[in-house]
Parts: sequence; structure tokens; C-alpha cells
Amino acid sequence: MADNKQSSAEYLVVGGGVVGASIAYGLLRAGRTVCLLDEGDDAFRAARGNFGLVWVQGKGAQCPDYARWTTSAVRGWGAFAAGLEELTGTELQLQQEGGMHLCIDEDELEARRTELDAVARSIGETYPYEILSPAETRRYLPAIGPRVVGASYCPLDGHVSPLRLLKALHQAIRELGGSYRSGFRITALAHRQGRFVAESAGGTVEGGAVVLAAGLGNRELAPMVGLEAPVKPVRGQVLVCERAQPFLPLPTLHVRQTGDGGVQIGDSKENVGFNDGTSVDQLSRIAARALACFPVLANTNVVRAWGALRVMTPDGLPLYEQSTSCPGAYVVSCHSGITLASAHAGELVGWLTGGPAPGAFKSFTTERFHA
Amino acid sequence: MLEDARLPGLVGPADCTIEVDERTIDARAGEPLAAALLRGGVVPLRHSAVSQQARAPLCMMGVCFECLVELDGVPNVQSCMTPVREGMRVRLQHGARKIGGAQ
Repeated sequence: MADNKQSSAEYLVVGGGVVGASIAYGLLRAGRTVCLLDEGDDAFRAARGNFGLVWVQGKGAQCPDYARWTTSAVRGWGAFAAGLEELTGTELQLQQEGGMHLCIDEDELEARRTELDAVARSIGETYPYEILSPAETRRYLPAIGPRVVGASYCPLDGHVSPLRLLKALHQAIRELGGSYRSGFRITALAHRQGRFVAESAGGTVEGGAVVLAAGLGNRELAPMVGLEAPVKPVRGQVLVCERAQPFLPLPTLHVRQTGDGGVQIGDSKENVGFNDGTSVDQLSRIAARALACFPVLANTNVVRAWGALRVMTPDGLPLYEQSTSCPGAYVVSCHSGITLASAHAGELVGWLTGGPAPGAFKSFTTERFHA
Repeated sequence: MLEDARLPGLVGPADCTIEVDERTIDARAGEPLAAALLRGGVVPLRHSAVSQQARAPLCMMGVCFECLVELDGVPNVQSCMTPVREGMRVRLQHGARKIGGAQ
């Protein structure tokens, strides 16, 4: 049994959110020793504020590699969830029977059709989706209102409890003997004689490799090991309504009903720097859109609202790269840590442990920012 | 031994009635609905939304949300924050509310 305060491991994974924890879990399953370094509770934590979609439709319209990478992740989600649930006994509330993007004007629906057609043509593999009429949409979602002009539907999509996922990953890391250090804000990261040494006010840990999965923190950490991570915060705001009897059989991009019955409503995208607060104008806008889609929500009480910061690269695509000046140092940045969790615990680990990089990764290095 | 420390304004005979499911209970207009329900022996007051556990009013000051009832057709009303009116119709909630439509 590993001491929870051990000071060295084969892999240092920096970042205890869903991205870092998925990678740590995957490395441990592959038989590696791992020390997961997490910041304090005052860190910006996308993993604790996100919407919980396991979602592929619409991803990669401009980049077939991203469509392939996310589709493969989504196809692998069921097995990933089953493994994690079996190990931890934590029910993740994964429901993956399809997802909807509801449209409330014709232009929006036409844009969806164009976008999904483009993905289907460029991806080079089966890409299941349908554009549905209001009547067809109503067969899946009886609660839609008269303003819904149609929807795009993808049977691969679904949703999960992001908080249960995070809890289960941390539980799994403990059970597999991983070491976890919280309050470990890295002040220096050095590469000496092929080893990596991470320093914080609380001590020093050493590893043979280091994986930076620290969300917005990657921006400062990456240059310490010859990498770069030009990520910026994009705020999303979320409303949560009281728990109710099931009324929404499938998740939609903007409204989903959680496994416990609460209704989660998003999403907004704002460039407001490191401000994770909420604003009445955005919350009103997302509430109005939810009401246009589901008028039956009109008398439902809102019980919480929050803001959280997404981790965005300039083009929205993820970043996976190994350092050339400090081999063994990797950077992983993305804004879809839930959707990609299965790939981060699976295919990505093959690459981190010396296997070939997944084919899609040629599109995901920082070279694209210097072309 | 507990002393009777009720506020003088709240002490006195019932002056109205409210309906609770199929029962009628006595109350005083203006007192917190949750107080009237407790005094009328309406315990448990509800069953919780996720695990169906028995619940009763706890904080009596609008914080804990344990005292939710359906009042005159509106679900999830905090009965501790609602003054009694003559003829109120309370329905006890067992599990989560419905979205839209009559309960």
C-alpha cells in the first residue's frame, strides 16, 4: 500500500481535476506509479463547475482529427464508466442513449445541418446523426414547446454526473495505490539528469516523467519544462433547478435533468478573465432560452447558480505535446475533460508510456499556432 | 423542565382551519404554516426527493427547506415562511415534484 505522502513516483501528474485524475487513473491501471499533485481549494476548478455532457455532435467541424478523437472517446465511455464503477462502487449516473441540440430558429437549425454534414463528410468513418422535425423531436422529448423548430440528434451523446465522476476517479486512484498531494501549488519545476523535481511551499516531489494537466495553470507551468500552453479562461454560467420527477428523457446541449432529478441549465461563453462569478444578464438569457425550449419549466424554482472557467486554447482544440528539450514532460489541455475522460485514461496513456501518439495528435500540438 | 415561552401574540384559541390532504386541522391566522402543521401532528411532513426519507420542519426560519409542502397547487413551498390563511389547501409531498401540470 502506497504511503499517501510518498515523495517520488514514475509519473507526476499535475492537476487533480477530471483531466489530471483521468490520466492518473489510466497510468495506475497500466501498472505505473503515480503521484497526483493538486492545488488548493481556492484554485479555479473547471471540474467542479461543468455541465456533465459526454458529447460529440458539433465537435470538429473544422478539424476532422478532433471529430475522430472525441468520437472515439465517446464510443469508449461506457466501458470506461463500467470499469470505474466496478472498482469504486460509485454510480456515475452515465446515461448515453443520445443527445439533442434543440433549435429555436430556422437559421440555427440550418447551421446545425451544415455543420454536421461537414463533419460526417470529413471524418472518414460512420458518424451517426439526424436532423429532426418538431414532431420527431417531440417523440424523444415530449416537453418541448412550440418555439422549437427542430433539433439535431446524435445517438452517441449522453451525460454523466461530473461530481460523481471526479469523486470516483480520486477514489480509484487511492485504491490503486496512487499518491495524492493536495495544496501542492507548484512554485518550481526542474528537469535534472532525466528526472523532474516539483517544488511547492509544502515540500518537493520527484518523478521520471511529468504530465501537466493543470487546466488554466498549464499556462505558467508549461514553460518550466520547455512547453507552452496558450490557454485562456472562458466563463460558463449554470442554473440549477429543484429536483423533480423525470421529464427529460435525453440531455440537450442547454438543459439536462440530472440523475437525482435536478434540472441543470447552461451555457454561456464569456471572455471575462479570471472572474468566475455570475451575472443577471447571462443567467436571464440562458433561463429564457431554456423556457423557450421547455415552457413547462416556468414555475420551477431555481436553487443555485454558479460560474466556472473553461480552459480554452486559441482555436478551441485540445493540446497534447511532449517536450523536446525535456523529454518525459507532457502537456495536456482541453475544454472537454468529461467527454475525453475515457480517452485520457486509455489511448492517451499508451502514448505517455512510450507507445505511438494517437494519429489525431498531429493536429493537437502547438505547431498550429506558429504556422 | 421546559417553560412555556411562546410569544403572547401566538397564544390563544384556533380561529381558522386549513385542509391537509383529506384532513382538516385547526390553526391561527398569521402563524407560520409549519407551526400549525406540527401542532396538528402532521409528521412526517414529506418524503424526500431522492431517497424517500421521512422529513419534518427543522429550522423554522427559511434555511433548511425541510418543511416543503404543496400549497394551493404550488409545489415546494416553505411552510415555515408562509403565514396561515383561512381555507389553505395543503398537500403533502412524497418524493420529487412534477415539472409543469397539476400535481
